[in-house]
Amino acid sequence: MFRVSRLPLPALAAASLVLVTTALALVFFVAPNDADQGFSQRIFYFHVSIAFTAYAAFAFGAWKALRVLWKRDPNADLESYVAIHQGVIFGTLVLLTGSIWAKISWGHWWLWSEDELVLFLVLYLFYCAYFMLRFSVDPGPQRANFSAVYALFGVVLIPISFLAIRIAKSFIHPQVFTLHGPNFGGWILVTYCVAQAALLVFAYTLYRLELTGKRLDIRVRELRLA
Amino acid sequence: MNYVYDVGALARKDLLLELRARDTLPAMLLFVVATFVVFHFALPAHSSQLAASGLLWVAIIFTALLGLGRAFVPEREQRTLDGLVLAPCDRSAIWLAKAIATFAFLAAAEVVALPVFALFFHGLHPATVGAVALADVGICTVGTFLGAMAVATRARDLLLPLLFLPLAIPIVVGGVGASVVSAPGRYLAFLVLYDAVFGLLCWAAFEYVVTE
Amino acid sequence: MLTARKLGKRYGDKRVLRGIDLDVALGDVAVVTGPNGSGKTTLLRICAGLALPTDGEISVDVTRAGIGYLAHEPLVYRELTALENLEMYGRLYRVAERRERIGMLLERFGLWEVRHDRVASYSRGMTQRLALCRVLLHDPQLLVLDEPFTALDEAGAALLDAQLAELRGERTLLVSTHEPDRIAPLTTMRLALT
Repeated sequence: MFRVSRLPLPALAAASLVLVTTALALVFFVAPNDADQGFSQRIFYFHVSIAFTAYAAFAFGAWKALRVLWKRDPNADLESYVAIHQGVIFGTLVLLTGSIWAKISWGHWWLWSEDELVLFLVLYLFYCAYFMLRFSVDPGPQRANFSAVYALFGVVLIPISFLAIRIAKSFIHPQVFTLHGPNFGGWILVTYCVAQAALLVFAYTLYRLELTGKRLDIRVRELRLA
Repeated sequence: MNYVYDVGALARKDLLLELRARDTLPAMLLFVVATFVVFHFALPAHSSQLAASGLLWVAIIFTALLGLGRAFVPEREQRTLDGLVLAPCDRSAIWLAKAIATFAFLAAAEVVALPVFALFFHGLHPATVGAVALADVGICTVGTFLGAMAVATRARDLLLPLLFLPLAIPIVVGGVGASVVSAPGRYLAFLVLYDAVFGLLCWAAFEYVVTE
Repeated sequence: MLTARKLGKRYGDKRVLRGIDLDVALGDVAVVTGPNGSGKTTLLRICAGLALPTDGEISVDVTRAGIGYLAHEPLVYRELTALENLEMYGRLYRVAERRERIGMLLERFGLWEVRHDRVASYSRGMTQRLALCRVLLHDPQLLVLDEPFTALDEAGAALLDAQLAELRGERTLLVSTHEPDRIAPLTTMRLALT
């Protein structure tokens, strides 16, 4: 049976490189210009892919968190933490790319009318608090439990916040800007898919890299203790 | 029935503790009224009535935080949490009892705060009371849960607002929506959804917060 | 009653217990000794069910309702009275004839007169005696006592001696102490931690 966690890191790194390069090539040279927004809209390819990747990272982190609590998996705590760490890194990129896109398209660095941006802001705050929680507790079973429980809260918060932001629209701002995603079809779809695959593989590579590094640290400490 | 009995025994203890200490409720009352006065000065001349209604929810959240930070302090400082965890009851009963007691005090503070708000800011949307009640459930369930974690960390009372505020955002949305819109139905329904979902999560997860 | 094999406990980088083997049978009085920092409290916490081992395994034949644990801290609320504290624990442990039993214990440990006073007003010795009441309230089959003689004056210690003698044979005791000679007559097995 094919085990993703057994894939060697150098292979993953190589795959990332190939995919990201392909994606970049597609985005900048092959995909057609958007009718309204022109060249600047290309950042959208990455923005959406990065957003999805961040969600995937948080979901993966929550899955590992569940394994911490339910199966008492000793590796799961670190895996959950690293996944969420990646999620926050990509989340920062979501906010940055989103902000750039908003500035280019609408002239403002921040738009409260962009549901996804606002959702990410809320989640970003939430997961930053995750790190504060984690760093405020000494390593051990309690820290693993707290982190896991909070990670689960996060994953439940995603749909609830999304709903909240949607229903808030009717009393916060009148809908001035409409979310204008590109139409799918032909090369646009291909580009999206490649960009998404590239980012998922890249994120997973970073995850494995960080995990390996942290595991080495722990192993060294254990050897020193024994 | 057994579970209810346990929650009752623990809630009794929590209510007794607060009545004995007599400091959290007066502090919350004073805080919320003082906040209203600050709001008056924070709202420029032609702000709408709606702005004030929105700020009510800010006041509620921060007043609640004041009380929530204190919820598990006796258990932490005197290590009595060990005594409760040793008992044969379901660990979630510890959280539920604390949430019920906190709700009682928050509600008591609001019984004074809401009329004062209506006095200062000339009126209150009728759905607000219902929204406040529903929001309180969410605030107390999630807040006491997080309070139990926060109190076990080094950062303690620094941490609780950070952990709580992102989770409080949907509550504020539901509450403000219900307070300002003419058809508050869906906001109240949203608050019910929030309470149910997070209530269930807290109930299921509390065991892991107090055990290894 | 209680079996531990190669029990170990680590908190992050710090190793507190290593390779503990323990076999406590029904009716045993097991005494754990060792210098400060040798892990006595950690071992007792694991036996009482408050902590999980990081290595090895432990099995205890009693449920939580059958365990009584005396910690370093009395585990009572200072702002409540002795009566209120014991009432709460009595309810949680479903103690039969709660009022009578609480009264009997308070009287035995000399706290009947002060039962309506807040624990904050008690001396250390009195608080420790209240803690003993708490531990004995639900008549547990397994008593895990962490340095029970601390803070007790001669009178209090004598009360505890009498109580322990009464329990011997009927109940299982796991006691950590700095003065093993005190309960030497009751002891059936020893474990020395280093």
